Amino acid sequence: MRYSSLAAALLMLVGLTLPASASTLEDVKGRGHLNCGVSTGLAGFALPSASGEWVGFDVDFCRAVAAAIFNDPSKVKFTPLTNKERFTALQSGEIDVLSRNTTWTMTRDMKLGLEFAGVNYYDGQGFLVPIALGVQSALELDGARVCVQTGTTTELNLADYFRGNNMEFESVVISTADDARTNYLAEACDVYTTDASGLAALRSTFPDPSAHIILPEIISKEPLGLIVRHGDNQWGDLVRWTLNAMINAEELGLTSQNVGEFEDDPSPKIRRLLGKEGDFGEQIGLDALWARHVIEHVGNYGEVFDRNLGKDSTLSLDRGLNALWSEGGILFAPPVR
Amino acid sequence: MPPQTSFQTKRSWRDLLFDARVRGWAAQVLTLAVLAYVVFFLASNAATNMRALGISSGFGFLGQEASFDISMTLVDYDLTDTHAKVFLVGALNTLLVSVLGILAATALGILIGIGRLSDNWLVAKLSLAYVEVFRNLPLLFQILFWYGLVLLWPKVRDSIAIGNSVFINNRGIEIPRLVFEEGSGLVGGALLIGLIVAYGVRRWAHRLHDQEGKTVPGLPLVMIAIAVGLPLLVALVLQFPWSYDLPVRKGFNYKGGISIPTSLVALWFSLTVYTGAFIAEIVRSGIAAVAPGQSEAAASLGLRSGMTMRLVVLPQALRVIVPPLISQYLNLTKNSSLAVAIGYPDLVNVFSGTSLNQTGQAIEVILMTMAFYLAISLTISLGMNIYNTRVAMKGGAPR
Repeated sequence: MRYSSLAAALLMLVGLTLPASASTLEDVKGRGHLNCGVSTGLAGFALPSASGEWVGFDVDFCRAVAAAIFNDPSKVKFTPLTNKERFTALQSGEIDVLSRNTTWTMTRDMKLGLEFAGVNYYDGQGFLVPIALGVQSALELDGARVCVQTGTTTELNLADYFRGNNMEFESVVISTADDARTNYLAEACDVYTTDASGLAALRSTFPDPSAHIILPEIISKEPLGLIVRHGDNQWGDLVRWTLNAMINAEELGLTSQNVGEFEDDPSPKIRRLLGKEGDFGEQIGLDALWARHVIEHVGNYGEVFDRNLGKDSTLSLDRGLNALWSEGGILFAPPVR
Repeated sequence: MPPQTSFQTKRSWRDLLFDARVRGWAAQVLTLAVLAYVVFFLASNAATNMRALGISSGFGFLGQEASFDISMTLVDYDLTDTHAKVFLVGALNTLLVSVLGILAATALGILIGIGRLSDNWLVAKLSLAYVEVFRNLPLLFQILFWYGLVLLWPKVRDSIAIGNSVFINNRGIEIPRLVFEEGSGLVGGALLIGLIVAYGVRRWAHRLHDQEGKTVPGLPLVMIAIAVGLPLLVALVLQFPWSYDLPVRKGFNYKGGISIPTSLVALWFSLTVYTGAFIAEIVRSGIAAVAPGQSEAAASLGLRSGMTMRLVVLPQALRVIVPPLISQYLNLTKNSSLAVAIGYPDLVNVFSGTSLNQTGQAIEVILMTMAFYLAISLTISLGMNIYNTRVAMKGGAPR
């Protein structure tokens, strides 16, 4: 008995020394599903629906990657992560993609061993206050108690902004959007600060959203993106081009509804995106119809935005910066060619 | 002769193989070698993988500016301070809530533990109910529950005011801060001298009692009179050389004074009632472990029940109580890391939370945090073990 357990321990050691598979794509294919990290619950971005399905903007990008790989958007396992947990989960290989309104910063890109695969939402940090507080501008917030989520760029921007404007503040550091809601509504803090989209999302869950305003000052640049581990370029490319394909699809007018009608379209741009010409699928290690599967199952960028955050959602956010470059925004995806 | 020697050598080799001591040593050396290899393997594996992924390592980040705010600090801290300072701030906050919790939980535990053994039916049953409820609910749940209740306290503009110096709202309890002025050092000195003199009087009284059998009437009162009276007299002469910095409502919040955040109150309270329930059981079992004959004997010698408890039962009960009490103190200290759930800025929250996230150096940060908790736990253990050897049964017949 004792010898067998010793043998088992030795075998385990040998197992540990074997190198992990170098290709994330192979791992994902072998496993049969994508592991995707999302937020613990933020209306519009990632929230389990009444039926237990994850829905939201960030969720849809995971589904898009799954659709590109498996031709099936349901082959995703979602892992809800707090701000604190998110990077470790990705570094350790627990998840393959992090799609969790995470800001692209130089430190994160350089020091955390991460690779930002692109920006899917251009945001900026704002302040949410009760109208009853009588504050019109963030510059009137001297001495306020501010709720802020731990482990975020928000926490640093907040400190920078108040320091830069010679104002004092007291921070109440909480760990999830839900805690923020509890503390803010109990008036344990005067102000809640996070990305403007997150503020709007949280406000939509209040009993009386109209009693709260988002102050006009946007104090930072927050490009929110999809993140993968550093070092697996093929996987990074796959995620990056899934996002690009969705933006390109919107530009070309392809939607989940009409993509079938473009089967015989003569436009070379459309033919390349839909896998009729070129070997783009092969280049990223997928089926030729990868982009078509994304559009068919999940939709183009605009559809995903409208459905979760925009005009078809309870949040009704403006496209703003996140409109196509041709429509006054800054979305400008590199071409598929 | 030579053949015999070789025969002996052969035998001694076989003896070595079947010698229990040798085999025992060999097994231990082998285990140690395997353990060392596992540790080395894990460390080198982590280092290689981190290098491959381009994750930076080392302790250089400790010198970088933290640039984030901490809501409660016992030492001066501002946004330009370093992550090393964050470690200090977090560690002090952890120590604060742990020490407060240990003191309160011990007092509460002793009270409830004795209450469990009370002859009064109501007191005994209430104590039992308390123990069973708080010992059997998860601590995290209790912390969230008490914090939820604290959030229902009045909002800042409807603060409960006690006089014009203490204000209570769901953000914190605002109390006045003592500001020492010139001459307050003399009062402090007088307090120190008073305490020393009082201690001297106590020793003198005890010696008198031991040698001549006389008791000094009202000894505790005399001691208090000396320890408090002397500094009071000096303060009176110097016309109270201190003032109060009162909290004042200004803008969004109260300014001035000391603000005790509600997260500290809720955490301290939950740790106290939770650990207090365990300590109550330890105290009860400790007292129950003292043979009833002991108190009967004490009673027949004419000791009153209070004296019986203090002089006969408790000293013997402590031998049973102290060892498990150590574990409870360690648990309380470690449980204080649940602070993160309600935003109390303890070490785990600010250092292995925010600092870890802003620098991304998980391994270093977690190692430092582990080292801190280990050091604290070992210190508590050491202190309590020293105390335990003092109260433990000394060998031989009872003297």
